[in-house]
Amino acid sequence: MSAQAPYIGRSVERKEDYRFITGSGTYTDDIVLPHQAYACFLRSPHAHAAIRAIDTAAASAAPGVLAVYTARDLAGIGGLPCGWLIHSIDGSPMKEPKHPVLAEGKVRHVGDPLALVVAESAREAKAAAALIEVDYDVLPPVVDTASAASSAVAVHAEAPDNVCFTWGIGDGAAVDAAFSGAAHVTRFSFANNRLIPNAIEPRAANAQYSPASDSYTLYVTSQNPHVARLLMAAFVLGIPEHKLRVVAPDVGGGFGSKIYVYPEETALVWASRRVGRPIKWTAERSESFLSDAHGRDHVTTAELALDADGKFLALRVDTTANMGAYLSTFAPCIPTILHATLLAGQYATPHIHCKVRAVFTNTAPVDAYRGAGRPEATYLLERIVELAARELGLDPVELRRRNFIRAFPYATPVGLTYDTGDYEATLERALELADVRGFAARRRASEQRGLRRGIGYACYIEACGIAPSNIAGRLGARAGLFEAAELRVHPTGKVTVFTGSHSHGQGHETTFAQVVADRLGIALEDVEIEHGDTGKVLFGMGTYGSRSLAVGGSAIVKAADKIVAKGRKIAAHLLEAGEEDVQFSQGAFRVAGTDRVKTFAEVALAAYVPHHYPLETLEPGLNENAFYDPANFTFPAGTYVCEVEVDPQTGRTRIERFTACDDFGNVVNPMIVEGQVHGGLAQGIGQALLESCHYNEDGQLLTGSFVDYAMPRADDLPDFIVETVRGTPCTHNPLGAKGCGEAGAIGSPPAVINAIVDALAPLGVRDVQMPATPYRLWQTLQAARR
Amino acid sequence: MSQPIPLSVNGKAVTVEADPDTLLVTFLREHLRLTGTHVGCDTASCGACTVLIGGRAAKSCNVLLGQVSGEAITTIEGITPADGSLHPMQAAFKACHGLQCGFCTPGMIMSAIDLLTHHAHATREEVRAGLEGNLCRCTGYHNIVSAVMRAAQAMQAAGGGS
Ligand code: FES
Ligand code: FES
Repeated sequence: MSAQAPYIGRSVERKEDYRFITGSGTYTDDIVLPHQAYACFLRSPHAHAAIRAIDTAAASAAPGVLAVYTARDLAGIGGLPCGWLIHSIDGSPMKEPKHPVLAEGKVRHVGDPLALVVAESAREAKAAAALIEVDYDVLPPVVDTASAASSAVAVHAEAPDNVCFTWGIGDGAAVDAAFSGAAHVTRFSFANNRLIPNAIEPRAANAQYSPASDSYTLYVTSQNPHVARLLMAAFVLGIPEHKLRVVAPDVGGGFGSKIYVYPEETALVWASRRVGRPIKWTAERSESFLSDAHGRDHVTTAELALDADGKFLALRVDTTANMGAYLSTFAPCIPTILHATLLAGQYATPHIHCKVRAVFTNTAPVDAYRGAGRPEATYLLERIVELAARELGLDPVELRRRNFIRAFPYATPVGLTYDTGDYEATLERALELADVRGFAARRRASEQRGLRRGIGYACYIEACGIAPSNIAGRLGARAGLFEAAELRVHPTGKVTVFTGSHSHGQGHETTFAQVVADRLGIALEDVEIEHGDTGKVLFGMGTYGSRSLAVGGSAIVKAADKIVAKGRKIAAHLLEAGEEDVQFSQGAFRVAGTDRVKTFAEVALAAYVPHHYPLETLEPGLNENAFYDPANFTFPAGTYVCEVEVDPQTGRTRIERFTACDDFGNVVNPMIVEGQVHGGLAQGIGQALLESCHYNEDGQLLTGSFVDYAMPRADDLPDFIVETVRGTPCTHNPLGAKGCGEAGAIGSPPAVINAIVDALAPLGVRDVQMPATPYRLWQTLQAARR
Repeated sequence: MSQPIPLSVNGKAVTVEADPDTLLVTFLREHLRLTGTHVGCDTASCGACTVLIGGRAAKSCNVLLGQVSGEAITTIEGITPADGSLHPMQAAFKACHGLQCGFCTPGMIMSAIDLLTHHAHATREEVRAGLEGNLCRCTGYHNIVSAVMRAAQAMQAAGGGS
């Protein structure tokens, strides 16, 4: 075994790429099972209506139809559970109305499924669904986030004022006191625009029942198949958990939208047994728009109190968050635990209070979307800091510097303790990379061409590595948030790693292999990563919240260390040395101070051919698993700088430069990390400039296709300048990793808007709401001119 | 309504008995089980289904089988050389991390091949414009553009064209 350079820190090409670039990946819709049947869901065309009657006779008699089901058939099946319980300020639990698998009595959003048709082909299922006659009593809908709580109409009888909960965090009295002594107060009201995640692979599922084993297999586009199995088995369908296998094969992006347990796959599992055939459903994109969980959708007022030196004294936030028609799996924790706890940002603001009102509306459920609460917090904070700087005539960079947290660990007034960070370092490097010094000259050059140039900053922080289970439990989580891993060392010394962290673009099959190869001193080719199948992987909480390396990777390290510990025992026996004298490095067990050595592969072979082996004290085999529960969140942070050019005649914005400088702690594969930042930036810039989900007052989704919902395309975006500083490693996980998946989407929206406002401030513009489309900018400029 | 339709797919001549109203993408995925061509939308907006028809990129979700009678179709499965190596565009996507979840990738690669076939010296800006019919939600496009630039060099070094 030759000594090899460590894999960690190297941009090795991805192991998983071959199958994707050759078209040989296996996504859910690629799977066709023997005797495959197909499903179509009839969806509500109304935002809010009582169902008087459903007549399925014609559909049932249509060609190819195998079965038609409605809520009546599903009687006895539970509603889809919510994974978080939030309590209101008055101590009462959140309103948790049932989320039925198929609509019961009422439909509550356009796209709400109310019948399932199973047929020989997808085409026949769809044709038959059109024959179902539903007698609706159409009701006025509740659509608008801000006014939902004062609507005369109730989405759910359980919540007559449409309020799910009113939650608060922080010391309100201390905040009030600080405001009364403030030299300056900056106020900011805004809407954080509702977004549609739109992974390019639509959601899909294929469910099969096997009478031979009385068990079910579900192939589904999921970020967390074990969670799907647990919720579906234990809370909805009453199937014994060990009789349900959930497989998430190749999944074409998730961004949060594939975390949740949705009605469609649940109905399919239930129906697969009744029909006696495997049933497949693949969403058409129009269905994805209507039925995937959406993101963001806050209406917020914030106030920042400052002293005469520009030091932040206190922050007061009041936000209303739209939950949509039903509580999706994680929904209540997004505007609370993931949003309000982030409001300190990178700043030593001594007092913060945040009130969050969550409301039901007749729109699709809203849940975590890339960043999940943290983009909303960061947007608020980084816009209000910029506004304050402008009002006080201070340089926005200088104002941030004055308020940076500089001593760690730092306990914020909103419940988190940052273990480590160096905000000055990422800020300094970002200013350099963005050539901020040259900005004034570039601005002059733009002005000579009749264009307005602006520069905008955002210094973000996020809490990743979700989450210490005990803390999460106190905050309302109804599940643990650890991660699990198993390392199976084969007799030849090759290793298969089973991880609960599903990969749907993140590159786990490479990054985790790099970690294991280094830890065991073996070649990268000798490590295979398996994920996404509850039949193979012992357990897993899944992939979201930038947790995979920090939590899932740590579980893998823990299991690898157990392998080494057992290997040392075996090697000591083989080498006839004391265990304490055997050292492991570079893939070999050595007796210290001698040339006696056993390679990792020799030790593995001995474990499976235990002829010369301490059988009385040690089991044969080399296979270990580990559960890792993090001690704290991790806190990636960085500075983003955006430079824009705006044409005041047309309102069109061009991003001229975008610089991202991040501290993700230790980095395993820089190429993959940069790719994650790029993708996040695209989604964040999309939110800032292009994307917005709109329902009209009837609750009809106006942005229901890629023709109406502006997704960022290649020519909408600039090249990115991305750098990861040699950062401050996380202090409490073995890899020192913090997480990088969401940073781009968190830090970029305020950087873009700050830049646009900077460009247009000389024309009298104080704020621009997202998305800053040409039309909106043009309107804003017209208003400012008046 | 089935009728014989002659065409070639990935260099193999076939005559299929099929309804000419079948979408080309459905035919490729369901009849031929060439599942590398993906469906990402129902409005011809995403490009995940892009294949080459007579060497030109086309959205196979927007083409009927009857319209490609006699044509040569190339899908992602058909661009890998027989020796098992990678097409320069595939190799460049891998080298530049031009893919994450891989769902848009086959369509993106087919569009990029068409782009370079007709604009061998495209600039980064032109590559962006040329790929604006293909959505990727994962990569932010930066590395896709880099991959296409790299493939352009490799393809020129190999003698130009595709
Ligand atoms: S599937 Fe989207 S363009 Fe063809
Ligand atoms: S790599 Fe996932 S959509 Fe492009």
